[in-house]
Amino acid sequence: MKVLIAKPGLDGHDRGAKVVVQALRDAGLEVVYTGLKRTPEEIVAEAVQEDVDVVGLSILSGAHVPLARRVLDGLRAQGAGDVRVVVGGIIPPRDLAALTALGVSRVFPMGTPLPEIVKAFQGDLS
Amino acid sequence: MKDVRAHAGFPIKPVYGPEDLAGREAERDVGRPGEYPFTRGIHKHMYRDRVWTMRQYIGFGTPGETNARFKYLMAHGQDALNVAFDLPTQLGLDSDDPRADGEVGRVGMAIDTLADMEEAFAGIPLDKVSVSLTINGMAAPITAMYFAVADKQGAARDRVVTTPQNDILKEFVARGTWIYPVEPSLRLVGDLIEYAARHYPRSNPVSVCGYHIREAGCTTAQEMAYGLAIAAAYVDMMVRRGMDVDEFAPRVSFNFTAWGKIFEEVAKFRAGRRLYARMLRERFGARNPKSWMFRTLIGGGGSAFVVQEPENNIVRGAYIALAAALSGAQTMALPTYDEAYTIPSAKAQLIALRTMQICAEESGAADTVDPLAGSYYVETLTNQMEETITAELAAVDRMGGIVDAIKSGALQAEVARQANRFEQALASGVVPKVGVNCHVAAGAAEADPEVELYAFDAKAAETQVAKLARVRRERDDRAARAALARLSDEARATTNLMPAIVEAVKAYATLGEINRAMKDVFGEHKEPVQW
Repeated sequence: MKVLIAKPGLDGHDRGAKVVVQALRDAGLEVVYTGLKRTPEEIVAEAVQEDVDVVGLSILSGAHVPLARRVLDGLRAQGAGDVRVVVGGIIPPRDLAALTALGVSRVFPMGTPLPEIVKAFQGDLS
Repeated sequence: MKDVRAHAGFPIKPVYGPEDLAGREAERDVGRPGEYPFTRGIHKHMYRDRVWTMRQYIGFGTPGETNARFKYLMAHGQDALNVAFDLPTQLGLDSDDPRADGEVGRVGMAIDTLADMEEAFAGIPLDKVSVSLTINGMAAPITAMYFAVADKQGAARDRVVTTPQNDILKEFVARGTWIYPVEPSLRLVGDLIEYAARHYPRSNPVSVCGYHIREAGCTTAQEMAYGLAIAAAYVDMMVRRGMDVDEFAPRVSFNFTAWGKIFEEVAKFRAGRRLYARMLRERFGARNPKSWMFRTLIGGGGSAFVVQEPENNIVRGAYIALAAALSGAQTMALPTYDEAYTIPSAKAQLIALRTMQICAEESGAADTVDPLAGSYYVETLTNQMEETITAELAAVDRMGGIVDAIKSGALQAEVARQANRFEQALASGVVPKVGVNCHVAAGAAEADPEVELYAFDAKAAETQVAKLARVRRERDDRAARAALARLSDEARATTNLMPAIVEAVKAYATLGEINRAMKDVFGEHKEPVQW
């Protein structure tokens, strides 16, 4: 399984993204990290080019719904609608339904234990 | 017996005694409050003369909404402001820029032109209230706008007390609001320090932040070491630019956190104060005692707050306040209990303010200076923290110095490694977190949090974009364009850019236009992603 961990939008908080990258690699997964401030279009292009199975979006600014929508739409437009998208960050409970409705496979809100994230990538996401 | 370690890594003994301090010179290392090397605090009487400034971090939506929240907290006894800007503002994008979509007014207030800054501070006398501006990559234009508002209000320039964060080096390590490459970014930091020192002498034109690097995952000792190394880089730059160290160093300030173990945090600040004092006096030759003083905001620490049973974060905040008070903070700011969910509600902000006030008025923590001095434990910890910080400073030197370590990404990689280690320690329970990895109630994970959460108003962006269009339409366009052309020209030279930025701001050039005028010359930073 190959994973792209991405920081879309303008949010510069990358502690969570970098910790998840390290944890997934330690678990034996192939992981690519985009670095900060990527547009949804750049993320879609990189996901297609790297031929990943899952894109993990890390967003702490509150703009997760519009950003996830643009990434999902972009993947579908590129014929990569089978790539699963997961979202982590500061996600208030009231937004969970909206993200699921967009087609986000899993949401890992603040407070999700790291082993649970790793297990999800090894389990139902793989 | 349980094994216990400091966040800095060294073991904590079950008992400390006089033998731990054998061979130390209390007079030299600890000294007296208000005297070099300031281990016990930078003022003789500390909070007996004046309690710490209370400065909650505030900003959301439009300048008008933020202005109302400022006034709400000031009505409840907050005596200073700490302004949060939205991400487009922090990155120099106008509210109608496509890249700002979904982010306008989200994590702070939106500022596009001087007209917004005027609205944000309407009815707030800038010769009486001190204001921190949490702005870095765009510190020069935002502070120029602030100065322009103060001038328009008729405030005497020597009464204007503002603290733009203006610490770009830590943005490359944590927080990420960098724009230009490292060198031109540093030039802008220096231009603002120089301009402020000469025109607004009571402003604090740089606030060096260990805080965000710690939030990104580093240890207590690294937080202090990296902060001191960054401060040294700025001081060195200003001296090389030709300023006398005593011309600006008295106005250098700091921003650190204290969310960890109370005694370790106190020891970190006591050690940091004496290391900074010695550095300024011995290495940089500062003669003014004010140049030797490590003046700091202590607070924040949202990374210590959790989503599980969020009301418990109020208790965690009270311990942070106590640690900050015992550490000798000049200014305090606390995270709010809803921080792991969203930006703060008014209620959560008021509770944070009340927490600091209860600490100041009721707890007795402000009764006497440096109350933990002389404790075998705290004095030993202070010495150990000093040694560990010194070792971390040496590690930075081995990476080629702080600026090269940041350019190569080596420092960022070290911080990420520490963040991963900490996360593993949380997962294994080595670092305990009540309600998260210990004392977890059955079924707690499914419980809905019963906290009132701030609701983002998407209309704020529309209001802001409409206002921006109006300002662009009504301004003297020729004056704005001339000022921007001057800014681009001067960016190509080595002139201090502040006068050109002030002119552009006063002509109602937008933040996006000012940023572009400089970016066309400076280019953009390329993040070293070491993965």
